[in-house]
Amino acid sequence: MLQLLTTDFVIMALMAGCGLAVASGPLGSFMVWRRMSYFGDTLAHSALLGVSLGLVTGGDPQLAIVISGLGLAILLALLDRNPKLATDTLLGILAHTSLALGVVVLSLTSSVRVNLEAYLFGELLTITPSELAWVLIVIAIVLAVLIKNWNAFLSTTVHRELAEVEGHNTARLNLILIVLIALTIAVSMKIVGVLLITSLLIIPPATARKFSKTPEIMALKASVIGVFCIFSGVFLAFSLDTPVGPSIVVVAGGLFLLSYFLPASSKG
Amino acid sequence: MAPPKLDSSTLIAAHDVSKMFQGRTVLDNVSLEVKEGKIVTLIGPNGAGKTTLVRIILGLMTQDSGTVTKRADLNVGYMPQKLVIDPTMPIAVSRFLQLSGSSDHFQIRTTLDQLKIPHLLNSPLTSVSGGEMQRVLLARAMLRKPQLLVLDEPAQGVDVSGQAELYGLISEIRDRMNCGVIMISHDLHLVMSSTDEVVCLNHHVCCHGKPEHVSNDPAFLDLFGARSAESLAIYTHNHNHEHDVRGQIKPTQGE
Repeated sequence: MLQLLTTDFVIMALMAGCGLAVASGPLGSFMVWRRMSYFGDTLAHSALLGVSLGLVTGGDPQLAIVISGLGLAILLALLDRNPKLATDTLLGILAHTSLALGVVVLSLTSSVRVNLEAYLFGELLTITPSELAWVLIVIAIVLAVLIKNWNAFLSTTVHRELAEVEGHNTARLNLILIVLIALTIAVSMKIVGVLLITSLLIIPPATARKFSKTPEIMALKASVIGVFCIFSGVFLAFSLDTPVGPSIVVVAGGLFLLSYFLPASSKG
Repeated sequence: MAPPKLDSSTLIAAHDVSKMFQGRTVLDNVSLEVKEGKIVTLIGPNGAGKTTLVRIILGLMTQDSGTVTKRADLNVGYMPQKLVIDPTMPIAVSRFLQLSGSSDHFQIRTTLDQLKIPHLLNSPLTSVSGGEMQRVLLARAMLRKPQLLVLDEPAQGVDVSGQAELYGLISEIRDRMNCGVIMISHDLHLVMSSTDEVVCLNHHVCCHGKPEHVSNDPAFLDLFGARSAESLAIYTHNHNHEHDVRGQIKPTQGE
């Protein structure tokens, strides 16, 4: 077992997973504070449409996912600024339409043999060096932008208009945050798949909340919890011969449930 | 039209500002100005456009016509009507106040002392009560060292005796910082003593001037009825004690 866990492809898988988990701590915390979990789902579902479009046009699927994710993110940001429909209705329409459209387009391209399940639930162990590089580069960008603008993001999250009056460009900050989420989702599709990506962003911060007294500690603890979920999920998958992505999410969900029975920490 | 020049003591001037929402005129050629060290109170019925006017002054919304002229580099402290914070956000009052841009702990402590809420420094923001939250928001606005304080219903959710105390604090702040204040209020009887000018707004400026003048203005009596005008006269009795922000009885000051 130990030998298996130290083979190249497992190490690459763990690196990608841990990279995602580390970035998910702070990014997912913002999604929890801003109630954006459904928004994340919508972006994730649209990623499948990106894959289909990439295959149809013969372009790099990874690049196609990033571009379609950014396109939808900007569209959502624009629609949200001038709301005609309740946001959750709008998100529901876009999420399911783009997911369905993705599946339809995929099935039309019969010339390419596509494993739909890999995109829906992830296929971490088949990650290639170039895909790993994509993950690590994006994670580095996400972390750098979040850390550099931390107080500004926090300020708009707490009270948007107050932040605006105090000189923050809140529309730009919102757009940046949406783009960061879209980028993260695009590169992490391989890890847990479009149907489960949001859970990896949302569950660790939700678990960390009970044990945190400051926003920074919540983000940090969420990263640590995320990394733990990746390791345990991969281990579980090998032990029980279960799919990796869902195993990771099962561990994360189990930890969240467990945290309900633990007393909240008095410090931290 | 070129924006009018401001005189040296004027912080901000709105001139003939109009705003429509879906074909409904919310503001109709409204003009007002705020000078250094002066408190201007906006009063009017619900839906009269008070908040819209304040949002335009803050630059959160643009007017359809008219001009808003600010002194160059005007530093504004804003106290929003309320703060709804997601319960998943673990943030203490001190950290919330730091987000104003002031990370000076001494400054934060002094401000909380001035507002008589020093005990809240390390409390989680989600546990702060309504009346105390208004003071926390006021502290955040003060930490900007503003030349202009903009307060949207500062006494909302505060009990009556707490309201009088809060308005007293606002006028103390004005005296200490010599800042201009524009605030929305429903309680003319409480702000009377501390306000320099009252602007009575009902889509247009019905009347404006010194509080004692406005309370006798026919336009004001028309809008609020003779009863509320009478209550201004009634509200001159004295309590033999006061309540602090937590509702504890404390001796009346200055007797």
